[in-house]
Amino acid sequence: MRRSIQFIVFTAVNLVLFSLLPLHARIAQKTADAELLAQAAPLRRLQLTDLCLSSEARYTRHPSQADRHAPFQEHPLALEHFPSGSMILPSLQPRETP
Amino acid sequence: MNIHFERHLNILDFTLSSLLRRKGKNFSLLTMYLLVIFMLASLVFFVTALKREAAILLRDAPDMVVQRLVAGRQDLIPTGYAESIASIRGVNGVRPRLWGYYYDGLNGANYTIVADDYTASSPESAVIGNGIARSRSMVVGDLLPLISYDKAPLMLQIRSVLPSESDLMAADLIIITSEDFRTLFKFPAGVATDLAVDVGNPKELTTVASKIAQQFPDSRPILKSEILRTYQAIFDWRGGMVVIILASALLSFVIFAWDKATGLSAEERKEIGILKSIGWSTSDVLLLKFWEGVVVSLTAFLLGVVLAYANVFFLSAPLFTQALKGWSVIYPEFRLSPNVDGYQLAVLFFLTVVPYTAATVIPCWRAATADPDSAMRS
Repeated sequence: MRRSIQFIVFTAVNLVLFSLLPLHARIAQKTADAELLAQAAPLRRLQLTDLCLSSEARYTRHPSQADRHAPFQEHPLALEHFPSGSMILPSLQPRETP
Repeated sequence: MNIHFERHLNILDFTLSSLLRRKGKNFSLLTMYLLVIFMLASLVFFVTALKREAAILLRDAPDMVVQRLVAGRQDLIPTGYAESIASIRGVNGVRPRLWGYYYDGLNGANYTIVADDYTASSPESAVIGNGIARSRSMVVGDLLPLISYDKAPLMLQIRSVLPSESDLMAADLIIITSEDFRTLFKFPAGVATDLAVDVGNPKELTTVASKIAQQFPDSRPILKSEILRTYQAIFDWRGGMVVIILASALLSFVIFAWDKATGLSAEERKEIGILKSIGWSTSDVLLLKFWEGVVVSLTAFLLGVVLAYANVFFLSAPLFTQALKGWSVIYPEFRLSPNVDGYQLAVLFFLTVVPYTAATVIPCWRAATADPDSAMRS
């Protein structure tokens, strides 16, 4: 087989795989979301406010509940201690006032 | 067969042979290109999936959380505030929440302790997150000893372990009764950690928040939209983790494309000269270089995206989860639900494939328009 045809076949296979991604995502999403909601049901009444992504500091465990100066409240000159703290940015948009 | 198609096939054949002649150089180029796209696509998939999952899971978050501040720090809020807030028009209910952190010296982990009489149901019993069960090798029925602020041990019998699918919310959670909570932290009566406020009409949220702030100047209301916005900000294109990885990946790509765009090797220049002297036109040479760019960039793009999808949704993105983990001892083991954002893939395509193809064609156009004799001699 000519090299060009081999390349076209290889690219076509890749393209098929690539175009199957959204389809797979849509199918997998349906089952995964239902499962996620079912498993989170016992926690519903706890009204949790944050995701458990990083539990190394209170301001990375509950970023939405922490003050903007939380990483520095240990001491005015204290540096950021935790690696994940440097990756979390506060939400800077001001609240709308009525 | 169509003559134009045959011409393209012939040039593609020549391109592939020419690429294979410099196997080592071109494979290393393809590998690097693939890695850049793999990193960028993994990041896009990871971030959009986490954002989506956060939005789903935080649907049950309270409409508003009211904290009390003392000298800029969060302090315990008197439950008396709850009664006054409940009387504000538009407020459906106020629930004092009891929660806090506990540092376990045995494994160096931080736990989030939440009081809920319904879930824990009986004193000295606990429902724990899967992360704690994994870290302490505990099963239902085992005893989890916690040391209270009185230095007295509080032996909690594990009533159930939350399923691993809820790890993203509750890996480090210990749910106990409010009585046990007060014993453990020597928590004074008549105060709570914060107040969860339920407001029926979302349009009234900001009005209610302003009224609370006016009535209690030491309070800090946090709206649900702010909670959601925090997570949008964490995983935003412009901030935090994303920008660090994005900047380094894009920078490496820029260096790589720049190297390609600044000129051709003497060998490539000579090849173009020979091709032109045996009768190839400038457009044929450009077509050859265009195909060269397409072969490398399309292969890297398609393979990179497919591998990134597998990395994030089948292998749970080990590289990024390590970055998030930091110094945490308890870490959720979660599998993200797949999410493909066409817009972001299109951005990725135009940020990587198009500039690379352009970067290969432009210097060739300069060489191809030159005199073949001088190109061969250079």
